[in-house]
Amino acid sequence: MTQVMGQAVKRHEDIRLIRGQGQYTDDMKLPGMVYAYIVRSPYAHARITEINTSRAASMPGVVAVFTGRDVKDEVGLIPTAWIPPDADLKVTPHSVLAYDEVRYQGDGVAVVIAETPYLAQDAALAVDVKYESLPVVTDPFEAQKDGAPQVHTDIPNNIAFHWKAGENLDEIFAGAEVVVKQHFRQQRLIPSAMEPRSALAQYHAAQGELTLWATTQNPHIHRLLMSGILGIPEHKLRVIAIDVGGAFGSKIACYPDEVIVSWASKKLNRPVKWTETRQENFQVTTHGRDHVQEVELAGTRDGQIQAIRVKTYANMGAYLSTAAPGVPTILFGLIVNGAYKIPHASSEVLGVLTHTTPVDAYRGAGRPEATFLVERMVDLYAGAVQMDPLKVREKNLIRHEDFPYTNAFGLQYDSGNYQETVSKALQIFDYPAFRREQETLRKQGKYIGVGFSTYVEMCGLGPSEVAGAVGFQGGLWESATVRVHPTGKVSVFTGASPHGQGEETTFAQIVAEELGIPVDDIEVIHGDTAQIAMGWGTYGSRTTAVGGAAIHMANEKILEKARKIAAHKLEVNEEDVTYDSGVFSVRGLPSKGVTFQEAALDAYLAWNLPPGMEPALEGTAFYNPKNFTYPFGAHIAVVSVDPETGDVKLLRYVAVDDVGRIINPMIVEGQIHGGLVQGIGQALWEGAEFDNQGQLVTGSFLDYTVPKARFFPKFETAHTETPSPHNPLGVKGVGETGAIASTPCIVNAVMDALRPFDIQDLPMPLTPQKVWQAIRQAQTKEPAESK
Amino acid sequence: MASQRIPVTLTINGQKIVRDIEPRTLLVHFLRDELNLTGTHVGCDTSQCGACTILLDNQAVKSCTVLAIQADGSEIVTVEGLEQEQLHPIQEAFREKHGLQCGFCTPGAMMLGAYLLNHNGPLTEETIREQLDGLLCRCTGYENIVRSIQRANEIMNERQNAQQAARATGVG
Repeated sequence: MTQVMGQAVKRHEDIRLIRGQGQYTDDMKLPGMVYAYIVRSPYAHARITEINTSRAASMPGVVAVFTGRDVKDEVGLIPTAWIPPDADLKVTPHSVLAYDEVRYQGDGVAVVIAETPYLAQDAALAVDVKYESLPVVTDPFEAQKDGAPQVHTDIPNNIAFHWKAGENLDEIFAGAEVVVKQHFRQQRLIPSAMEPRSALAQYHAAQGELTLWATTQNPHIHRLLMSGILGIPEHKLRVIAIDVGGAFGSKIACYPDEVIVSWASKKLNRPVKWTETRQENFQVTTHGRDHVQEVELAGTRDGQIQAIRVKTYANMGAYLSTAAPGVPTILFGLIVNGAYKIPHASSEVLGVLTHTTPVDAYRGAGRPEATFLVERMVDLYAGAVQMDPLKVREKNLIRHEDFPYTNAFGLQYDSGNYQETVSKALQIFDYPAFRREQETLRKQGKYIGVGFSTYVEMCGLGPSEVAGAVGFQGGLWESATVRVHPTGKVSVFTGASPHGQGEETTFAQIVAEELGIPVDDIEVIHGDTAQIAMGWGTYGSRTTAVGGAAIHMANEKILEKARKIAAHKLEVNEEDVTYDSGVFSVRGLPSKGVTFQEAALDAYLAWNLPPGMEPALEGTAFYNPKNFTYPFGAHIAVVSVDPETGDVKLLRYVAVDDVGRIINPMIVEGQIHGGLVQGIGQALWEGAEFDNQGQLVTGSFLDYTVPKARFFPKFETAHTETPSPHNPLGVKGVGETGAIASTPCIVNAVMDALRPFDIQDLPMPLTPQKVWQAIRQAQTKEPAESK
Repeated sequence: MASQRIPVTLTINGQKIVRDIEPRTLLVHFLRDELNLTGTHVGCDTSQCGACTILLDNQAVKSCTVLAIQADGSEIVTVEGLEQEQLHPIQEAFREKHGLQCGFCTPGAMMLGAYLLNHNGPLTEETIREQLDGLLCRCTGYENIVRSIQRANEIMNERQNAQQAARATGVG
């Protein structure tokens, strides 16, 4: 049989995308459509004392102006859908439009609806809102102190939840030979998907039905949540997301804007579209990361790590966004030991509210924050015990024979050969030669450094029982319907919702391989709740591990039925029928055969089916994964630092990843490249900043550095393939690995370059200014400290 | 003020277009909203991202920085105009080298690529990375965009050579 899985099949989705024929939400146009523009608070914290809409309402082309008071009794609040248990979580009431108090810059207060987008924006400027400004807090550590300004009056010290895992480690730390302590600021990031969010709602009054086109990663979750918020029954609500222009976690959440257009469409009985500006995307679309971390590591003098203890202040922003509480707890706190055999561990997380944009998942979601701290701690510990950071890693990595490995928090890592990825990376990168070159260059006043990151992450979200146990308010299984048409062509319906990851192709490869039919005979349909019964969407690198496994199961059902049909036609027992390259034939009699297409036609004609068999040929499966999957790898970065300017230049980047079985190597490489650039972006350039009044000062692409092409060398990527035993395809997940592994790798490399200056740590992003200042400070204090 | 309309005449993807428009209409909105050429995307409001890049009189231009009336009399090519009898080399190469993921910046990236192909500059990895300064892509990490532009150049040369060979042998 021709091998389709494992091949770099060109992407199906590209056929429309390279012609400019994608169907992004903002491309939609409906007859009678009007446009919404949302008036937003310029203050991070203020009381609304008056809103006067009369001037705006009388402007040309304006259809309606609504305020929070118009909406509040007609729709529900924006919910939080991840409630970690035993964490004393407090719900943060989030109105779709604020009517008494605004809690971050960008909180919506009114909506203008007009005949054109320009007229809506004109009129929005004429909505007169009077505010009385209130005290602001933006830093999570400051916000949880007594006397800090309150974000929600009934949530004392702004602590939205308090989550703990692991054991008391006081005794171990007291008795440890070596203890390393470090404070990390895991800065806030702005996801910056290139497509701004958009929503278009059309209410059909006669049927009481609403269709919502929206930029979402999870249309069925949206349907479920929106049904509750809008009071429209789920079967009368259709959510469509065909092409979504990147998301990286920022299009998981249920946002007020989508509710506003839906409600307004019903109110006005016209289609209403809203598309955010990039400025709104910066201010309102969820941000990521933002931790203050206090980390301690205990170990022996000869490099054996014994325990890790982490206390984190996680900035949640002004409201708890849809999936937000799960990110710094379950997806972070349980994996702070990384890829190492650390027998004892503890995590404590305070989820703290501030007057800032709500935070939710951003590529990696929790796992980059965990990987960063453990990979940095390993380097700091190596420094403390005067060992090579690679030696310390090799000494502490979980070994191949330890799998399945249960970490100190009870997570069971599925499979791995961590040493093999390290060996492979060292085949590409000559470490001893690098150290010699580094020594030579240092003597010439030139500084280069190497950083390692030997990571593991958990993805393929996830077993539904675990989802329930950890408070995720949904299942995490996935659905697939594989529909064979009478001609043998196939439509695949998946509940996952890819938006750039290429599963229209990957999934077609799985079907082509397993059904033995050409890959071009298969079309993958996603992102429409009217066509797909149910599904949980695309995030947490789950699409292929969970959604792909569902397709595999549906394929099995089809093959089983088609085989019966073929056996009946061939007048032999089913057991005597073999299937190869699209033809069922009788064992030992290869000349007699029934093609897959013939079996399909027979199934539909139903003139002569085996007794009792239903007509048609279609398989539906719901796959609930056994466990998470655990991709891993070894990354190596080489940087130079210019001591005169503080400029960091990335010279080489070697990434050896094991993402389980690879279905399309071209797509896998693309996912890794994209992740690397985002992770390296965090290390070197990206960082959201609010001033002390809660104004986002990095509110545009001029002020927030999304990396550009010229910042990077060519990446050197390689793979090992350790199948996951947790799903029938053996796949793990690749969407987030690059972003998870690369950030500490780069920081470790910069710190290695700065070793002669005795600089232990610098807060990200490592901008030239920060690096230059650190070098200057080190040089001026050097005489005082050296003996 | 808002109702005052001004006539513009442009050639877009080889077709003459005459419309009366509001003077403040940005070219990108004119393309998307008036002409339904929604392949050109709006990714930002500060002319940083390049998703709206088009060819305006053979120059790569961000159509969000140009008023439609400023483009009066000019010739414009958008992503919808790239394909002639066959896919443009840049389209073929972007698919072959996986130069796109979500596809949102892609029309702009391809128009910029098409511009680079037609301007006879060196197309080394380094020069292409420099030339991509006006483009933000959050998915690909750029490496495959660079490869795509280099591959497009090869495809263009291959097609030219094939044409020349066909002419030389008197075929086609």
